[in-house]
Amino acid sequence: MHIVCCVKQVPDTTQVKIDPETNTLIRAGVESICNPYDLVAVEAAVQLVERYTGRVTVISMGPPQAESALRECLSIGANEAILLSDRAFAGADTLATSYTLSQAITKINAAEPVDLIICGKQAIDGDTAQTGPGIATWMGYTQLTYVSEIIGIENGNITVRREIEGGCEVIQGRLPAMLTAELELASIRYATLPELIRALRYEVKVWGAKDINAAPEKLGLKGSPTSVREIFAPPVRGGGISFDAKEKKEQAVEDFLGALFTKEKTLMEEILIKASYAQE
Amino acid sequence: MKETFDVAIIGAGPAGISAACTLADAGIKTIVIERGEYPGAKNVSGGVLYGHNLAEILPDYTERKCPIERNIVEMRIWYLSKEAGYSIGYRDSIFTGDRKYNAFTVGRAKFDRWFAEQAHKKGALVVPSTTVADLLRDGNGTVTGVVTSRVDGEVRARVTLLANGINSPLAAVTGYRAEPKPEQIALAVKETIELPAEVIEQRFGVSAGNGVTTEILGEMTGGMSGVAVIYTNRDTLSLSIGANLAELAKNKLKPYDMIESFKQHPMVAPLIADGQPREYIAHWLAEGGYDAMPKLYGDGYLIAGDSAMLFNALHREGNNLAMASGKMAAETIIEALNKNDCSRRGLSAYGERMAESFVIKDMKKYRRFGSFLYQHNELYTQLPRLASFAAREMLTVNGVSKKQKQKLIMKEIRSKTSLFKLLRLLWRGWRSVK
Repeated sequence: MHIVCCVKQVPDTTQVKIDPETNTLIRAGVESICNPYDLVAVEAAVQLVERYTGRVTVISMGPPQAESALRECLSIGANEAILLSDRAFAGADTLATSYTLSQAITKINAAEPVDLIICGKQAIDGDTAQTGPGIATWMGYTQLTYVSEIIGIENGNITVRREIEGGCEVIQGRLPAMLTAELELASIRYATLPELIRALRYEVKVWGAKDINAAPEKLGLKGSPTSVREIFAPPVRGGGISFDAKEKKEQAVEDFLGALFTKEKTLMEEILIKASYAQE
Repeated sequence: MKETFDVAIIGAGPAGISAACTLADAGIKTIVIERGEYPGAKNVSGGVLYGHNLAEILPDYTERKCPIERNIVEMRIWYLSKEAGYSIGYRDSIFTGDRKYNAFTVGRAKFDRWFAEQAHKKGALVVPSTTVADLLRDGNGTVTGVVTSRVDGEVRARVTLLANGINSPLAAVTGYRAEPKPEQIALAVKETIELPAEVIEQRFGVSAGNGVTTEILGEMTGGMSGVAVIYTNRDTLSLSIGANLAELAKNKLKPYDMIESFKQHPMVAPLIADGQPREYIAHWLAEGGYDAMPKLYGDGYLIAGDSAMLFNALHREGNNLAMASGKMAAETIIEALNKNDCSRRGLSAYGERMAESFVIKDMKKYRRFGSFLYQHNELYTQLPRLASFAAREMLTVNGVSKKQKQKLIMKEIRSKTSLFKLLRLLWRGWRSVK
């Protein structure tokens, strides 16, 4: 079985701040990491290969530094890594990105047929969750999103559990398929020393627009109908009111209730309704 | 792991990477194992490096885009009482000309990462995020490699270089170095304060790209043996203050309280006004001096840098001792591998090289300096107070004759100490560094 995983290098969003004046992300000094959902995707792919035999190829579209995200994937067991890096790819939205990735997968597929694509369910910087489904659409593959468990692969069919609102569903689809991974899909292993060393020494292949036979008008900024109007930080919520019950307990409770009735009328109504249900 | 290496280096700091560059240049198969997420992630120092030592390893370090913060053009020394202080400084145009980059500031997270990349480019393998848990030994006790915390994590090597710093759990496990005693260690905290580059240049009176180091002694360590520093980086200031660990414990003082009151000092506060704190870190300094050094080599291994307690407490030099010792260790290893003798005897040239170099000469010269500071707490209490009192009286114009003022000052000095004691202190201080 040949599995392709698509990964993205993202800024560590736990460190990212928004510049209040320009409303843009302050990226200076922020570490880049491999998108955590994508690492789960790679781990799941490696586990499948361990179960059914096969190979895992990881691809990423990004600047030359994105190589380090690919190395991380190699260290946890991916066999090959290809970086799609070209100035023509810059400024891509999810449509252009999924086109670029699918062109690369088409090339990979020609050399060694692809059975499965696994992507993270979304990237932690953009949170769109569109690139995986985009690739499936370009490729015409079965699309299985929000997968939390791969139950099995049999006779060219894959059975997965996927998370849906209010529960989950178990569904089956025909291979070749594209899955997007929830965090529960797999827990990422701690690389062994030989694997880590192999990853550090591995020469990542770099493909440009010509290598993947891409139509220039579908790439990068040109191929991206999406435009960002504005980026802003949500307004900071003010702290709540507090009532000091150390000294005068009763007074504090009275003030509290008074504040609830005047300022939080709807909330109070809800509480009363719930209380009456509870009594019934 | 099946693969074997000629040399395993523990720690991708200045000592380890200097050795790795030298070894890789000689075509020796070298692995460097670093526990931080990347080289520099866990490393802390005041942040001054010396061009001479770096050039010994990488003569073309500027062309290789070494991430230099500021070229140091002036060294200041302050002697502070609680609300006053003396300042002397030395600035020289030669430090912007012929001797540019004699000293410069760096941020360790950036510098160490860059330095390790150079070793990687030369062919050394640098493995991050991996902790060395133990040393491999054969039946005779010869070190034959390292055990890392990863699965299949044993690495066999003909020689192992321990360059894993002052705070080494490995030292405790293997006993290659005695655990430092609290009085041999200073605990320093460092705060990085962000300011626009132009503001820093204005406040320190330097042009773009240049900077100042300030080394500070006095009352701000609360009577404990210790120093503070202020270093200029490109768009931050590094403020650091540290004191002897034994004294901190005895006095139940916290280093972060010390740095907070240091920041309030009238000579410090204006320099950092309106700055934003960006980083707060703490580190040990090896202040035990020559007498705290472990054996520098044994069968199959050598020790370099902070790991070997190489630190010059008076001149605040640690990085350059680390780099120089790393290089000498590498040169010794190259010879030993050629002779195919990596035993204690085969590696003994390291001891000789070190003894002939400035590293051990300086360690010996300042051998007693640490204990001198430690034993004379008047240096951080009574003396800065008296010195400030004297200057304050002489410089206050209030109609009292200078002769009268002199009398007053001498009376104050005699009431607190004696001329004999002062002379003895001077003599001892001189003897400890001569």
